[in-house]
Amino acid sequence: MKRHSAKRIIPGFGISLGLTTSFVSMIVLIPMLFLAVQSTDAGWSGFRQALSDPRILAGYEVSFLCSFAAAGVNCVFGLILAWVLTRYRFPGRRLIDGLIELPFALPTAVAGIALTALYSDKGWIGSAFAAMGIKIAYTRAGIIIAMTFITLPFIVRTIQPVLEQLDGAYEEAGRMLGASRGRIFRKIILPELTPAVLTGFGLAFARALGEYGSVVFIAGNMPFKTEIAPLLIMSKLEQFSYDESAAIALVMLVVSFTVMFGINCVQSGAASFSKG
Amino acid sequence: MRKEVWIPCLLIAVSVLFVGVMLVLPLVVVLTEAFSSGLNAFLRAVTDPYTIKAMRLTLTATVAAVLINTLFGLTAAWAVTRFSFRGKGILSTLIDIPFAVSPVIAGLVFILIFGRISPLHPFLDALDIKIVFAEPGIILATVFVTFPFVARELIPMLEARGTDEEQAAALMGAGFVTIFRRVTFPHIRWALLYSVILCAARAIGEFGAVSVVSGHLRGKTNTLPLHVEILYSEYQFTAAFAVSAILAAAAVLILTARNIVEHLAHKEDDFNVR
Repeated sequence: MKRHSAKRIIPGFGISLGLTTSFVSMIVLIPMLFLAVQSTDAGWSGFRQALSDPRILAGYEVSFLCSFAAAGVNCVFGLILAWVLTRYRFPGRRLIDGLIELPFALPTAVAGIALTALYSDKGWIGSAFAAMGIKIAYTRAGIIIAMTFITLPFIVRTIQPVLEQLDGAYEEAGRMLGASRGRIFRKIILPELTPAVLTGFGLAFARALGEYGSVVFIAGNMPFKTEIAPLLIMSKLEQFSYDESAAIALVMLVVSFTVMFGINCVQSGAASFSKG
Repeated sequence: MRKEVWIPCLLIAVSVLFVGVMLVLPLVVVLTEAFSSGLNAFLRAVTDPYTIKAMRLTLTATVAAVLINTLFGLTAAWAVTRFSFRGKGILSTLIDIPFAVSPVIAGLVFILIFGRISPLHPFLDALDIKIVFAEPGIILATVFVTFPFVARELIPMLEARGTDEEQAAALMGAGFVTIFRRVTFPHIRWALLYSVILCAARAIGEFGAVSVVSGHLRGKTNTLPLHVEILYSEYQFTAAFAVSAILAAAAVLILTARNIVEHLAHKEDDFNVR
């Protein structure tokens, strides 16, 4: 208790906490409670229906698989990009570094139509693949590409600071002791990066799961094939079946909160590991 | 020795290729498509009255989101990092929730609260207040989606600095305004500017949440990204890409500003260390 009052020498406790809690209640807490009430209002039967409709299940499948694939692609390229940006000096490095956040800054609808134009049968990249008989736009491959675009910064930006602060002494010691480059990377660098990679993967997965704007244009939105869960919420809303869309939303929320919780565990685990 | 050289070269080549295909090509496509029917078609699309109206609504929502979330971010950062109190962890988690929520779900939530099926609806109707399918809904959705941006940037920053300086200032009799202006603000001004830029970027580009609450009323609840969608679904591709080009230009400007701010902040850090 003494510590508490000692901390409150600084003025503004009441007003800042009061404002913060009222903001949070108005914008986050009350809306989320509304959603929870609404989706359980129809009772378990409505809920079960939303979970057993094959079209909705297919939507979850598309969303989960494609988000997983996109986060995986970004793990590989994110690791390479973060490595190249921190370890090497070459012309154009700062330009690439500055471009990484483009997917955050570019409106998702713009990204969506640009990617569709690029990967459709007549697009610059799509036509090359079409000649080989591979369709990208309006298939799951297109969804994965849009999700990869949108989540590209997450993994790069979570790995980069860790790589920058990595102590070079251990690598040097490994080199002195005759370890090969591959072995140094596997045994010394990768273990340090794992928490960051997992965090980035989780963030990217959660974002890809909820992404709507960039995906709807390139997905083609065929039921059972390329219809993502957020689009299902949208179309249920347009048919005025509020209970169903709320139930789908609640399932997706539970998944994203689980992912976020996992990220927190990974981060606090890593923090206590490096402290002790 | 040869192996030493080709690995970096290969990795750099892969990175450049990946960034080129994934990030640069989409920007180039937007520009070429926007001007594919000539400059006049581009200008016509950009100066179309519906485009101008959409631009105005986008600006209104962005300014509102930036103002509200900056105020919130500052108070939240002050409350969470300068004091310890019960329930702090829960409060921090609640602040982060909009990051984990799909934009479509965010929009859905506001439909549930203010829409036809809401218990509030009779009151709102009697008072003739329109929130969903009107401008207030668009602004609310935008505020929700960008809610944590400023707070998330400032909280770790202030946490890392500790409270010693503020405590010293308070013990010497400085009031809240003086402490904030002279002690705290100089440390956070770059982070604040940085987060405001990111918040604005997200607010301009928000699509999913806004799309749900807008009801797609052309000329009334249309933001620029929604206008792009409408034009695109009407097969007015050149116009859609022309409006996209404005948004892409805004994105590039925002990125540049972000990089400049980061550079300046770094420079100041180096200076302080010396």
